[in-house]
Amino acid sequence: MKLDTSGLESAAPVWGAPSELVDGFSAAPSFEVPNTTDFDGFQKEAIQMVKPAKGTTTLAFIFKEGVMVAADSRASMGGYISSQSVKKIIEINPYMLGTMAGGAADCQFWHRNLGIKCRLHELANKRRISVTGASKLLANILYSYRGMGLSVGTMIAGWDETGPGLYYVDSEGGRLKGMRFSVGSGSPYAYGVLDNGYRYDMSVEEAAELARRSIYHATFRDGASGGVASVYYVGPNGWKKLTGDDVGELHYKYYPVMPSTVEQEMVEVAGA
Amino acid sequence: MARYDRAITVFSPDGHLFQVEYALEAVRKGNAAVGVRGTDIVVLGVEKKSAAKLQDSRSVRKIVNLDDHIALACAGLKADARVLINRARIECQSHRLTVEDPVTVEYITRYIAGLQQKYTQSGGVRPFGLSTLIVGFDPYSGVPSLYQTDPSGTFSAWKANATGRNSNSIREFLEKNYKETSGQETVKLAIRALLEVVESGGKNIEVAVMTKEGLRQLDEAEIDAIAAEIEAEKEAAEAAKKAPPKEK
Repeated sequence: MKLDTSGLESAAPVWGAPSELVDGFSAAPSFEVPNTTDFDGFQKEAIQMVKPAKGTTTLAFIFKEGVMVAADSRASMGGYISSQSVKKIIEINPYMLGTMAGGAADCQFWHRNLGIKCRLHELANKRRISVTGASKLLANILYSYRGMGLSVGTMIAGWDETGPGLYYVDSEGGRLKGMRFSVGSGSPYAYGVLDNGYRYDMSVEEAAELARRSIYHATFRDGASGGVASVYYVGPNGWKKLTGDDVGELHYKYYPVMPSTVEQEMVEVAGA
Repeated sequence: MARYDRAITVFSPDGHLFQVEYALEAVRKGNAAVGVRGTDIVVLGVEKKSAAKLQDSRSVRKIVNLDDHIALACAGLKADARVLINRARIECQSHRLTVEDPVTVEYITRYIAGLQQKYTQSGGVRPFGLSTLIVGFDPYSGVPSLYQTDPSGTFSAWKANATGRNSNSIREFLEKNYKETSGQETVKLAIRALLEVVESGGKNIEVAVMTKEGLRQLDEAEIDAIAAEIEAEKEAAEAAKKAPPKEK
């Protein structure tokens, strides 16, 4: 598949026409290989360098009323918290959301590119693109960049003609359809709470509370997750942001400090 | 005028692309093809020149499938048609692969028309010498559609249309006699239209019917039966015209 630079191009090249007539399939992209003794090992190192960067917790699940999407808002660079207010839920269009895990720039750029493609599809075909189609477009693009160092672990959630849709797409080129997903370094903790409390027929409030609690518990145990727990709901009329609560405050909401009786009080020692 | 029809990338002073117009001439020499849209069915009919005795008629199917729910008939250069049909078939599958959904009739028509247009704006190539009639059902809404494309790359949707030899007379007939029909009535209308310009008989026309279930080619016996029905109806109508004056 050809590298997709449609988001970067300003005008189509004039002389490109003749070659389009004859090719049915494009050649795979080729690029120069660095001069190392062990290229495979070098490649693996390069990938490992990027991998731990998925310091985040995002989750999404389908239930009776639609799709619930939630994420934290911490960005970390190694042990340094670089930001507590990152928007990890990206609004692709009024009825589709994407979550961000991995490289922030990669996620933001490719989600915006996906938004462009979805809009072009609407204009050309006079109908909205399905969640299946949108996630497939993104997955195909990411697959064509496989091995080149993109780091994207995203969930595409939306509501289309067939009802609620949820797909997990990553930079390895994988794409999975599912009812519940959690992505990021805090995902094991989030899964624990989410899988325990999940029922298909929850109300919107119950589902939002479950999502919020799952994010909170992940931020409690995972150092790379924190900040604000945002919860979005995707229904038949599109998405709506429900809440955004600071996880520090959520902690005291779930585990309020109980005043307890004092056993001994410290008193000042009378001047020695 | 001769100087402006060499390379198609050249406009003539009065705004013509002669190669495109010559391609339309080639279409006008091709066999007649008619398409009629009903409420739950779309019918394609194509004139079949009598087959040479030794020719295996099964190898010259004129109405082809582009996908399970889309079919195409054309008038003009048959070799060009093969190339266009192959590209369209690949595009149908490619669309299924990239968005996990079948194409809509409008989408594939737009693709074919776009392909035909590309060849009117490139150096060293000539336009495709065919007009196509594309029929099918929208995979989402289940609505039947009939589209037509031509060598210039324009396309539009039709309730009923004809292309190829004598297409003007067929279209006139359709304009006079078209009404919303369904099922067998639509098939009859299509065959009646085609029989205006073609010798009667199942040997000389190929008819295919597209329903929600898919494409079905009618065999000779069926076509003969319907043609016979049409003949009978015609005679009954003429007899009815002659009868009332006598009764007075």
